[in-house]
Amino acid sequence: MNTPVRTFRSYWQVAPLSLVLLCFLVFPILTIVIVSFWDFNAYQLLPDFTFDNYAFSLTSDVTLKAYLNTFFYAIATWLITLILGFTVAYYLAFHIESNLMRNLLFILCTIPFLTSNIIRMISWIPLLGRNGLVNGLLTGSGMVDQPVEWLLYSDFSVILAFVHLYTLFMVVPIFNAMTRIDKKLIEAAMDAGASTLQTIFLVIVPLCRSGIVIGTVFILTLVMGDFITVRLMSGGLSASVGVLIYNEISLLQYPAAAADAVILLITILIIFSILFRFVDIKKEL
Amino acid sequence: MATAQRKRGFIPLTILFGAFLVFLYGPTLTIGILSFQGPNGGLTFPMNGVSIHWFKALFEEQRVGDFGGSLGRSLLLGLSVMVLNTAFALLAALGYRRVFKGASLIFYLSLISLILPSILISLGIGIMFDRLGLSPHWYTSAFGAHMTWTLPFGLLIMFAVFNRFDRVYEAAAADMGATDWQTFKYVILPLVLPGLIGVGLFSFTLSFDEFSRTIMTSGTFNTLPLEIFGMTTNVTTPVLYALGTFTTALSFLAILTSLLLIAANRHRQSRRADTP
Repeated sequence: MNTPVRTFRSYWQVAPLSLVLLCFLVFPILTIVIVSFWDFNAYQLLPDFTFDNYAFSLTSDVTLKAYLNTFFYAIATWLITLILGFTVAYYLAFHIESNLMRNLLFILCTIPFLTSNIIRMISWIPLLGRNGLVNGLLTGSGMVDQPVEWLLYSDFSVILAFVHLYTLFMVVPIFNAMTRIDKKLIEAAMDAGASTLQTIFLVIVPLCRSGIVIGTVFILTLVMGDFITVRLMSGGLSASVGVLIYNEISLLQYPAAAADAVILLITILIIFSILFRFVDIKKEL
Repeated sequence: MATAQRKRGFIPLTILFGAFLVFLYGPTLTIGILSFQGPNGGLTFPMNGVSIHWFKALFEEQRVGDFGGSLGRSLLLGLSVMVLNTAFALLAALGYRRVFKGASLIFYLSLISLILPSILISLGIGIMFDRLGLSPHWYTSAFGAHMTWTLPFGLLIMFAVFNRFDRVYEAAAADMGATDWQTFKYVILPLVLPGLIGVGLFSFTLSFDEFSRTIMTSGTFNTLPLEIFGMTTNVTTPVLYALGTFTTALSFLAILTSLLLIAANRHRQSRRADTP
């Protein structure tokens, strides 16, 4: 079947994809890497080959603090979305018997993901604000005397928003992996006397390892590259790496932003190269 | 025995799942309700009367910036991304059914495109256009930026579709003398149509709501998410919620349309299978 004519056809079929990736992924990333070595002043970029941007960034307390913040957000969000996402996927895959019902509930989980992230963040404000619904309930019931201040514009609200926005990225790959598990394996575990929890941790978790890894990759990249959620939900009070880069962009300090972007890129690539050892993406589709 | 044991966790898990749905939909519902605040109502409860005042404000007055223009641009951008993305993803997935040189490279590039933080793409395209002396526009640079996000999704969905695709049908068509084009048009296309609608829906909604990749690439004119972001810092009336409710309703409409299209397609195919 693989005559030269047909192989040639594959080339023009993937040409549009390749072109998009070349023009809007490869070239821009190369641009970032080049510009990160440039110099700049208040008015313009000066082509150069200097490590100043890196030296400045790597020795600055602001960068260090931003990275610590980012890792904190990433790990907290990862832990919560993993537990929540796994439980939701487990419920859908193993507790819902009817196919129609399962698909329906799955779509119900997916729909919010297809609506605007910014709107979904804003929608927490009337709930968590000083005069919001939650504080109203807390003070009304006499549980607290003063409205709770840390509900909004705090690390709490940032992580809450991340979990709200991104749990689906954990649910889908884990659910996908779970639906491929042969039900006979679970019955065998039960018959051999395993408890429900033992079945989950000794049979199901290892079998959906790849789903967990893919979900982890998504969560980490979404949280580590984020700037809008941190900015909106912390009320500008805390900074992540993304916020740092965004601020430098706003000040038109492109080389500095580019250097920070390259550092972020390398950090993420290191994390992913470790994670991807555990999984073969092509087998998961 | 197995089912009896499995049911044991059913009730707490159902409650947890219900709570998860409330968590997902509750906030959106809250601003949905608050967007119907009376003209003197504020950003939080209690409701100060019920009205469609804030929706009118959205459309009639110019107090919320360029709402109409940004909505038009976002719709147009979303639709063009949808059409080209679906076509490109289908083509590429067809190409990937044969072995060719460079297949792995392009596949891994697509994955990188998907998992690279959006701000890097935004920054990269922004600086690249700046250095090339091109001015960024929502229909050039932002369009490209959106494609780097929607195309890998489309490709992965189409891979999944073709992995479940039985090549026997194609072989049968070829045996009966169909040309390649006829096989594609009458056999492959109808079978992968639900997947294509899914890709279309994904591309449209992802582009319509895309923020991070747009921020440095949209040029002078804002898309809707950028406009909304601008509003979060300087608008303190429920008009913000009205905008949110309106945008969410649009996304729901797109989702509903796609689901209906898929259902209609399935219905038609099953009817065709029934008739001799």
